[in-house]
Amino acid sequence: MALIQFKNVTKTYGTGENPFPALKGLNLTIDEGEFLALMGPSGSGKSTTMNIAACLDTATSGNYLFQNISVENLDTHQRTLLRRNFLGFIFQGFNLLPRSSAIENVELPLIYRGDKKQDRRSAAYEALEKVGLSDWQDHNPNELSGGQQQRVAIARAIVTNPKILLADEPTGNLDSQTSAEIMSLLTSLNQDSGVTIIMVTHEQEMADYSSRVVHFLDGQIRT
Amino acid sequence: MFWNSLILALNAIRRNLLRSFLTVLGIIIGVAAVITMVTIGRGATQSVSDQITAMGTNQLIIRPGQRRGTGSNTPEFRQKDVDIIKNQVTGIAGVAPYSTISSNVIAQAKNYTTLITGTTNDFFTVGNWELGSGRKFQQAELKSGKASCILGTTVKNNLFGNENPEGKRIRIKKFTCEVIGVLKSKGQSTWGTDQDDTVVMPLKTVHRRLLGSLDISRIAVKVEDSNKITSAQRKITELLRESRRLPDNMENDFRVLDMRQIIKTLTGTTRVLTMLLGAVAAVSLLVGGIGIMNIMLVSVTERTKEIGIRLAIGALEKHVLMQFLIEAVVLSSIGGVLGLILATGLSVAGANLMGVPFLFDLRINILAFLFSASIGILFGFVPARRAARLNPIDALRHE
Ligand SMILES: Nc1ncnc2c1ncn2[C@@H]1O[C@H](COP(=O)(O)OP(=O)(O)OP(=O)(O)O)[C@@H](O)[C@H]1O
Ligand SMILES: [Mg+2]
Repeated sequence: MALIQFKNVTKTYGTGENPFPALKGLNLTIDEGEFLALMGPSGSGKSTTMNIAACLDTATSGNYLFQNISVENLDTHQRTLLRRNFLGFIFQGFNLLPRSSAIENVELPLIYRGDKKQDRRSAAYEALEKVGLSDWQDHNPNELSGGQQQRVAIARAIVTNPKILLADEPTGNLDSQTSAEIMSLLTSLNQDSGVTIIMVTHEQEMADYSSRVVHFLDGQIRT
Repeated sequence: MFWNSLILALNAIRRNLLRSFLTVLGIIIGVAAVITMVTIGRGATQSVSDQITAMGTNQLIIRPGQRRGTGSNTPEFRQKDVDIIKNQVTGIAGVAPYSTISSNVIAQAKNYTTLITGTTNDFFTVGNWELGSGRKFQQAELKSGKASCILGTTVKNNLFGNENPEGKRIRIKKFTCEVIGVLKSKGQSTWGTDQDDTVVMPLKTVHRRLLGSLDISRIAVKVEDSNKITSAQRKITELLRESRRLPDNMENDFRVLDMRQIIKTLTGTTRVLTMLLGAVAAVSLLVGGIGIMNIMLVSVTERTKEIGIRLAIGALEKHVLMQFLIEAVVLSSIGGVLGLILATGLSVAGANLMGVPFLFDLRINILAFLFSASIGILFGFVPARRAARLNPIDALRHE
C-alpha cells in the first residue's frame, strides 16, 4: 500500500529575479515497509524532497500525499500533528539543542506530544539504549563526538515510534565502523519494527542496505 | 501545556545564564535609576517647602530700598512704622521689627561672633520660633530695654556646651546681659544659613547699647488669613508711602515681599530639578531597555534555530510562544522586582545622605516596573513569535 506519493511535485526557491527550480516535477511512490535510498549528486534536490516528505516544507506545485492525505491542504497545525505522530526526521546537520543533555534532547518530542513525565523519561532512556548511548545521557552535544551526536539525533527521531523515518545522510560524516553500526540499527528498525525508512546517502555501501535505490539528477528522478 | 512551557522556559533561563543575567541586569538598572532619582528629587522638593513652612508662611517681609540701586540714603524704618502697621492693617497676627548687628559675645572665657537680633515677642509668632527652655521677654524688659537675651542653640552650644545657660550672663561689647531662655533649634535655612546662630534681645536694648540709632532694618508681618495677604500687602505699601512722605510721582523706596512668591519660586526650582533628574533617569531606563533589546536580538539567530528544531520535532506555534513569553515575563519580573528593591535601598540611603525625607511614590514605581518589564517582554517575545510563524525548515536555516 502506498504510504507516500509525490505527484508531479515542483519546488522553486527564491522569487522574482532569479527563481531556482530545485525540484522539477517529481513522481515517486513509496510503500509501507520499504527501505528506500535516495542518491544523486549534490544539489540534485534530495534534501528538498526529504523536507517536503517530512512536512517541514511545502511543494510549490503538484501533490504530496501522505497516507492518501493531500498535505498541501493541511494547515500548519495539522502538519505538525502529522510530524509528531507519524514521522521521525534525522537532519543532515544533527540539529540538537546545544545546551541540553542527550536525554533532554531525546525527550523533547514527547514533551510536545504531552506524555507524562515518568513515561517520557523511560522512553527516552530506552531510545538512547537502542542507539547504544545510555551511558552518555547527561552529556551535552558539545561533549559528544559526531557519531554520538548522530546517534542522539536518531534516538530523538525514533523515540516517538514513528511510522516512517526520514534520514538525510545519517552517515555523512562518520567513519565506516560507526556508519556500519548505524546502518544495522536502521535495518533492524526496518525489518523488526516495520518502520518505513527513506535515507539519503552519497555512498553505495550504505545504499546496499536498502531495498530500493532512487537516483536523483537535476531535480528529477533519473530513469 | 502551561506547566510544560513553564518548565521549558525555566530550563532555557538556566541554560543561558549569562544572557538571562544581562537581561535582568538591564531591567534592574533601568528601574532602579528612575525610581531612585525621582524619589530623592521629590524628597528634596518636600524638604525645601518644609523648611519654608518652618520659617513662617503667610509672611510679608518689608525691607527698605528697591532691588535696583539700593542706595545707602534710603531711610530705614522706625518704631512708628511698626505701630502704624499694627494699628491700621486688619487681620494681622503679628508684626516683628528686626534690628541686627554682628558682634562678638563672650561667656566663661569663650568667645563667639554671632548675629544680634533686636526684636519683640512678635518675633516668635511671625518667625514660627519656639522656646526650647526659659521664657520670652517681659513687657517691662521690652519697654525699658533691659539687658536680657535669648540664645539660639548654635550660640548656646558654642558658649556653654551642655550646661544650662539660664541666669548666666554673657558679655557683648561693653555690657553684660542675662540669658533668660534658649530657642528651639530650626537648623539650616533653605539658603544654607544657620538660623540658630543668633542672640535675640529686646529691640530697645540693641538700639541703645549696640546701634546707637533707632533704625529698624526689616519688618516681618504675619497675616492671619492667607487670602488676605495681597490686600494686606497693598494696605502696608499705602501706609508706608504715607509715613515716608513719598510724593505720587516717586517709586517706592521699600519693598513688601510675599513669602508665598518666594516659596513658589523655590519649590518651582526644585520641581524643575526633579523633572531634570527624572529625564536623566528616563534616559537610563531607555539605555537599559536598549541593552535588553540588544541581548535579545543578538540571540535571535540562535533562538530562531532552536525554534526551528522545536517546530520540526512536533512543537506547535503556541508551545513555542508560551515558552518564550514565560521566559520573558519571568526574567522581566525578576529584574523589575530586584530593581524595585535596589531602588528603595538607594533612595533611603540617598535621602539620608542628603538629609531629605524619603517619600515612596507608588506611581513612579509602577511606571518604571511596567515600562522595563514591557521592553523585556516585547523584545523577548516578538522575535520568538516571528520565528514561530516561519516554516520549520526556514527557521532551521536561519543564519
Ligand atoms: N533555501 C534555499 N534557497 C535557495 N536555494 C536553495 C535552498 N535550499 C536549497 N536550495 C538549492 O536547491 C538545490 C537543491 O538543494 P538540496 O538541498 O535539495 O540538494 P541535495 O541534493 O540535498 O544536495 P546535498 O547532497 O549537497 O545535500 C541546490 O542547488 C540548492 O542550492
Ligand atoms: Mg542534502
